[in-house]
Amino acid sequence: MVMTFFTSLVVPLDPLASLAGPQAPPETVERLRVLYGFDQPLYVQFGRYLTRLAQGDLGVSFQTSRPVLQDILTYFPATLELATFAIMVGIGIGIPLGVLSAVYKNRAIDQFCRVLSLIGVSTPVFWLGLVLLLVFYFKLGWLPEPGRLDIMLLEPPRVTGVLLVDSALARDWEVFADALKHLVLPASVLGLVGVAGISRITRSSMLEVLSQEYIKTARIKGLGEFLVITRHALRNALVPTVTVVGLTYGLLLEGSVLTETIFSWPGLGRYMATAFLTMDLNAIVGGTMFVALTFCIVNLAVDLAYAFLNPKITYTEP
Amino acid sequence: MTPTTTGRTLDSGEARRRRTEARWRYLADTFTLWRRNRLMVIGTAIILGLILVVLMAPFIAAQDPFEQVLGDRLLAPSAGHLFGTDGLGRDIFARVIYGARVTLTIALLVAAIGTPLGMLIGVVAGYLGGAVDEILMRLADVFLAFPRLILAIAFAAALGPGVENAVLAIAIAHWPSYARLARAETLNVKSNDYIQAMRVLGAGKVRIMASHIAPLCMSSIIVRMSLDMGTIILTAAGLGFLGLGAQPPVPEWGLMVSDGRQYLVDQWWVSTLPGMAILVVVMGFNLLGDGVRDVLDPRQRQA
Repeated sequence: MVMTFFTSLVVPLDPLASLAGPQAPPETVERLRVLYGFDQPLYVQFGRYLTRLAQGDLGVSFQTSRPVLQDILTYFPATLELATFAIMVGIGIGIPLGVLSAVYKNRAIDQFCRVLSLIGVSTPVFWLGLVLLLVFYFKLGWLPEPGRLDIMLLEPPRVTGVLLVDSALARDWEVFADALKHLVLPASVLGLVGVAGISRITRSSMLEVLSQEYIKTARIKGLGEFLVITRHALRNALVPTVTVVGLTYGLLLEGSVLTETIFSWPGLGRYMATAFLTMDLNAIVGGTMFVALTFCIVNLAVDLAYAFLNPKITYTEP
Repeated sequence: MTPTTTGRTLDSGEARRRRTEARWRYLADTFTLWRRNRLMVIGTAIILGLILVVLMAPFIAAQDPFEQVLGDRLLAPSAGHLFGTDGLGRDIFARVIYGARVTLTIALLVAAIGTPLGMLIGVVAGYLGGAVDEILMRLADVFLAFPRLILAIAFAAALGPGVENAVLAIAIAHWPSYARLARAETLNVKSNDYIQAMRVLGAGKVRIMASHIAPLCMSSIIVRMSLDMGTIILTAAGLGFLGLGAQPPVPEWGLMVSDGRQYLVDQWWVSTLPGMAILVVVMGFNLLGDGVRDVLDPRQRQA
């Protein structure tokens, strides 16, 4: 928190210059400086900042002229929705791939999975987004245009900001279906980025678990191979996977600038990118702080999930 | 009576010969490992191809990448224009070929700026310890708390667009992971006897860090760097795509993809082909990096 404040000070551009415009006379700039308190010494600025922060006030965005907190709360649900679906795509593809390549180690299927995950990390997301848009929207017409909702449809009354939840609450199934369709492409693009990491960690931890004695015991007992893999091996192999999934989810929540730009997705990533481009200082500081907070919460959740998955880990004093 | 208990000392000539022999054996082993790893051979081929393209660009591309022939706007790929032409009538194939120069320059410069910086900070923090360590590593933590792209965007926006600033921005976003790595390695070797021996001999801190600790960090740093090359290129292309990196008319791949967006529906080649180039090169670096990690890993070598 302290760091984000000072980092924003290190940024060598004068935010007022971009606010007042290039032709603004010096007096105007000076007046704005006094208005926003930039004329005060640093410790006074910092003190004021802390006081406002304690009251939950992140300041007003120069860009939208609305409180930053309100802006963030407007944009974040869209990112939350996208990131959640993306991580579902990542898990849904990554874990089966990892399991398959561990079970068929060094066979053709393993090589195939490795190459697939390699392509996953090597693809520029913005390019993949464009190609998928070209194929599925422009050429085949199976999926709708970029954005969150068809322009002919009205947004349901805002309750959570997550369109799927809101439309379900309003029982507006037409909007629900349309929002879902709009999610497919961006979520797949974003999710594919995570597939590589998830499948790689699943593969290596599966390999480790499969070489354990109790797997042999399970096999000797005469258990079917499918049950051995799903019930005995996979469950134990999931612990390291959860970490990677958690970290990936954290990264996705922090906003994926490129994906949101291509799919005109009104999320946090795009908001932050615009803030950086226009040197919208309050939005930058507020946004980064929010991002850091989300990251911490996700990490905490991952730690707690550990205890749930692995009873050997407890957080109480022995 | 002659002392026989000390064993025979090697005379310097033989010592040198044995050392050379061991080095050759090491190289030969490396070659065998390289040849066995089919994916790494492919990666090496891609990267060698890239370097060749970078060196021979004027001979490979017949057209000038900057020449605008407005009469030939948006031509489809044909024998005359292998990848077609873009919105200003420039030959896309020539631009992709020359773009390889931009991409490789960015990747190498970032590696040349960010990596030594991270290594320096990591070694200093690890060796000196105490308050210096605390401050430097908390600083690195702050950088690591953000996605690299967001960080690079922040610095690129602050520094202003352009290839040089994109390089700086990516390098700034890039050093902390190397600092972490170098610090861990330093802590590992710091307490070894030969370092203590150097101190007893009166070597200064700078000398110990520069000539005894830093070289030991090298191999893990190199592995990490080869794995990171792909990410660097992707970040640079992403910046270019957002308009924060290279500026027109520089033939940068990310920028070309972004330029082609408006023609996506009817002239797909304008933006998809440069993107394909990014994909191939990044994949080459990733294959090579994976391979380098395996080859330099001592545990793999014994097998």
